[in-house]
Amino acid sequence: MVTTISSTGTDSFVGTARSRVDGPAKVTGLAKYAGEFAAPDLAHGYVVSGGIAKGRITAIDTTSAEAVPGVIKVYTHENRPRTAWLDYNYRDAVAPPGSPFRALYDDAIHYSGQPVALVVAEDFETARYAASLVRVTYEAELPAVNVGAQAELAYDPPMKRAGIKPPPEPWGDADGAFQAAPKKVANDYRLAVEHHNPMEPHASTVVWEGGGKITVYDKIQGVSNSHGYIAAVFGMNKEDVRVLNPYLGGGFGIGLRPQYQLFLAVLAARDLERSVRVTLTRDQMFTFGYRPDVRQRVSLGADAEGRLQSLRHDALSGTSRFEDYQEVVVNWSAILYDCDNVALTYNLTKIDTYTPADMRAPGAVTGVLALEIAMDELAYETGQDPIALRLKNYSESDRTEGKPFGSKALRACYAEGADRFGWARRNPEPRSMRDGRELVGWGMATGVWESLMQQSSAQATLTADGKLTVGNSTGDLGTGTYTILTQIAADALGLQMEDVTTKLGDTDLAEAPVAGGSWTAASSGTAVMKACRKIAAEVFGMARAMDDSPLANVDFDRVVFSDGRISVAGDPSRSVSLVEAMRAGGVDKVEATDSAGPDSGHAKEFSAYTHSAIFAEVKVDEDLGQIRVTRIVSAIAAGKIINPKTARSQILGGVVMGIGSALEEESMLDHTIGRFMNHNLAEYHVPVNADIHDIDVIFVEEEDRANPMGVKGLGEIGIVGTAAAIANAVFHATGKRIRELPITVDKILG
Amino acid sequence: MNRFDYVRAGTVAEAVQALSGANARLIAGGTNLVDLMKYNVERPDRLVDITRLPLNAIEDHEGGLRIGALVTNAIAAYDERVASRYPVLASAILAGATGQLRNAATTGGNLNQRTRCYYFYDDATPCNKREPGTGCPAIGGVNRIHAIFGISPTCIATHPSDMCVALAALDAEIRVAGPSGERSIPFSEYHRLPGGTPQFDNTLQPGEIVLSVDLPAQDTASHYTYLKLRDRLSYAFALVSVAAILDLDGDTVSRARFALGGVAHKPWRNAEAEAFLQGKAPTRENFEAAADIVIREATPQDGNAFKVELARRAIIRGLTQAAAGTPQSVSDKRIA
Repeated sequence: MVTTISSTGTDSFVGTARSRVDGPAKVTGLAKYAGEFAAPDLAHGYVVSGGIAKGRITAIDTTSAEAVPGVIKVYTHENRPRTAWLDYNYRDAVAPPGSPFRALYDDAIHYSGQPVALVVAEDFETARYAASLVRVTYEAELPAVNVGAQAELAYDPPMKRAGIKPPPEPWGDADGAFQAAPKKVANDYRLAVEHHNPMEPHASTVVWEGGGKITVYDKIQGVSNSHGYIAAVFGMNKEDVRVLNPYLGGGFGIGLRPQYQLFLAVLAARDLERSVRVTLTRDQMFTFGYRPDVRQRVSLGADAEGRLQSLRHDALSGTSRFEDYQEVVVNWSAILYDCDNVALTYNLTKIDTYTPADMRAPGAVTGVLALEIAMDELAYETGQDPIALRLKNYSESDRTEGKPFGSKALRACYAEGADRFGWARRNPEPRSMRDGRELVGWGMATGVWESLMQQSSAQATLTADGKLTVGNSTGDLGTGTYTILTQIAADALGLQMEDVTTKLGDTDLAEAPVAGGSWTAASSGTAVMKACRKIAAEVFGMARAMDDSPLANVDFDRVVFSDGRISVAGDPSRSVSLVEAMRAGGVDKVEATDSAGPDSGHAKEFSAYTHSAIFAEVKVDEDLGQIRVTRIVSAIAAGKIINPKTARSQILGGVVMGIGSALEEESMLDHTIGRFMNHNLAEYHVPVNADIHDIDVIFVEEEDRANPMGVKGLGEIGIVGTAAAIANAVFHATGKRIRELPITVDKILG
Repeated sequence: MNRFDYVRAGTVAEAVQALSGANARLIAGGTNLVDLMKYNVERPDRLVDITRLPLNAIEDHEGGLRIGALVTNAIAAYDERVASRYPVLASAILAGATGQLRNAATTGGNLNQRTRCYYFYDDATPCNKREPGTGCPAIGGVNRIHAIFGISPTCIATHPSDMCVALAALDAEIRVAGPSGERSIPFSEYHRLPGGTPQFDNTLQPGEIVLSVDLPAQDTASHYTYLKLRDRLSYAFALVSVAAILDLDGDTVSRARFALGGVAHKPWRNAEAEAFLQGKAPTRENFEAAADIVIREATPQDGNAFKVELARRAIIRGLTQAAAGTPQSVSDKRIA
């Protein structure tokens, strides 16, 4: 029995630009999303959203709604069927510490937009109309939603969120060194609250299968999370629940946790013993997680040449009353730059909103923004070129963990990015560059994100017709997971991509975690590769056992899988086709499951991060406060790139979102009512085509050994630092240092 | 969205008739009304479909143009007569919404579109315009996009149209039909300020329906602009916009007309500022002085105080563009 697993088969597809295998299904409408699955006798639920931010429901009148023909039932906290009692059961796989929100639990109102009733009717229109007739009477209290005003109540979260490293203990004497430093910058920074706004709204279709069994189509970034949640909350056997979500119309983190529409749809389906769908409206997409309001202060002290002598980064983040949401905001400062006196703090304060949620590069978008604007300020304070200043303080090891980096090609990002951008031609003087009436600004910043891997399994089945099916339960958020897994599987067995089918987003498949944290390529990719190589070994065994096998006496690590054949390395004349081998072995399929997880030995020794250097050109009509981002170069170091085409798209998407973050995105909170007011896509602005010009993506060479494929992940690195580069470019153009983003017209005028 | 009756009017008289009695609304493109119905802001008992009425022509009329109420925004903007004789109108229309919306939205619907005030749209909050007497949380609330001119203690909403800003500068007339026959309303009297009755956006009487927008004969082809400033470069309502038309006699302004959008409950004109420019040279100093006259009347909120200075600068730039004969391009987002 062969037990050695070589790392890869051939390298025909991995590393090459390939179009999405799910592209045709998406553009022809064959790809179905959670709210599009049908079921016989499907009932439709419509959520009634609450109008106050704090207080309690004193009365809820559903009689008019119930009287509408076609209404099946109206659920409120007064008639909600029993669900699990303990908080523990509601805590999903990525929940922060606390008591997760429970829809229709009691009369308490925790935040504005909280679901207070679910109207279930024979059709959507009837449910929506009846929902408008539900009359809720409240006893309202004044909400507190201003993080700044709650600063006195700041606390260090007693329970740390799993997977989120708290700030390291300080080292040196940051405050003393700051006082002594000849050059200083110390300022406050803030990024507006943002909502994820995926194009696809949250939806759950619960299909009642009879006998207490349900099949659930849920908008989630990994069906295993909804699966566990449903089983725990409703006391169901996992075998009686199947959750699917083959496609996502954008996740950005808001699909990591099961949301209240899932709870409500399952609740109603079980109670009515009937299939139920609940789809949220665009406005209701503003009634749960968001990128938190974080108030930051960065204090940098340096010697006259710009070498950091003191680095202090303090953050205060809002969270809900019921959960201690946490993300890594301040650690990045000491990961990116080498300094002997460092103090990093991260505290929370409670406000009357829903719990914030992970949003693309959570914490890094916020923290690196402040750090990288501060570094630009220090560059001007010390008369340094911004890149030179960064190189002078370049960290050779991760001092927050006391470990070297497994790989860090950030120098190459600076160099190649600067070269492509033409940075050398920059006149550092603010307001020195013009194009007609417009001021031109060139700014740059660094990006960083953790390179993660999660325990994942995957399955593979090779049938005697030479077709391979692989998959697991994780989700493809639109990132290209289907495509890269197909590439990896095809190479592992030397097949064409057309011979490989990848299946994702189904709890009947091998278990894998939610897709998030940029860990899916490494985690699912390695698991798929290992499962395929198990099949390779087994089929090789059959090939070698054939009568007069040309592979007799050849070891597994000396054969190559390509063109559907197993051949001796360097001697293609000695080969057996996979189909022949299976036929000789008397099997019509070969199946394998394998799993992959972080290499704990490697992780003990090395820190793993992706890096980037972002260069931005802005043109500013200062008189009218109009900014155009005319050019972005994003140079990325993220290990091996499996598919340069989908990888580039990942970075493009991150950059566009970064432009939105820099100039447009802002959820506006009414502090009296405690409600986000611009809750639709006409008034909440994300970039449109007219806002986007040239975006140039560079992947620099980087070799990493944290996982067998050398993959580091790309989902988030594209956004990190982009807004800082733009803010720095705006300063270079105008001489105005804007530390509260987005940089809107009023701030340029102000 | 509530349940409603649907009737299709075959003639203007039928439409007028169908409007009476019930809580009825006219529907043509539906790009605003249907949204508002989904938000429970509008709850009509009856929708009167007027898409079959013969109001979809652009005709020469007394030396000017008559644009039927059902002419879509896209048709109006790309009509050769509009584009050549009233380019400020074409430019304003194309600055608004998206291609898809302009294909559906009509001239009459654009006139009668409702404010984008966040609170007006959100029936969980009070709003004097939506429910008279409940209050105005935009005052003291989130008011970045709100009015700086002509506000009242009950309402600080703006009229969101781009098209109407150009129509205001062009001194258009609105021809309407109602139970007591037809009449024409000067554009400046069509929309109104909120006063104590912000629920009324305009001066249409019950049962009246817009038949056409009439553009008087004039030469506006050379010295005009529509300059729109917003939070992103497309598909965003104006923070401030300016439609400017100058009649120049050599180096002298013989007549200046300019209207502002995004700053009031109606397209905002200031007769004193326009009169100031008459007989003067089209210089930056004079434009600044005219702008200063306009913004003297501003009464901003905390969140929109920036609009006062932005309006001032937009007026100056807009008049400069008009004087130079370099109107703002619709497709090139760089501001001229």
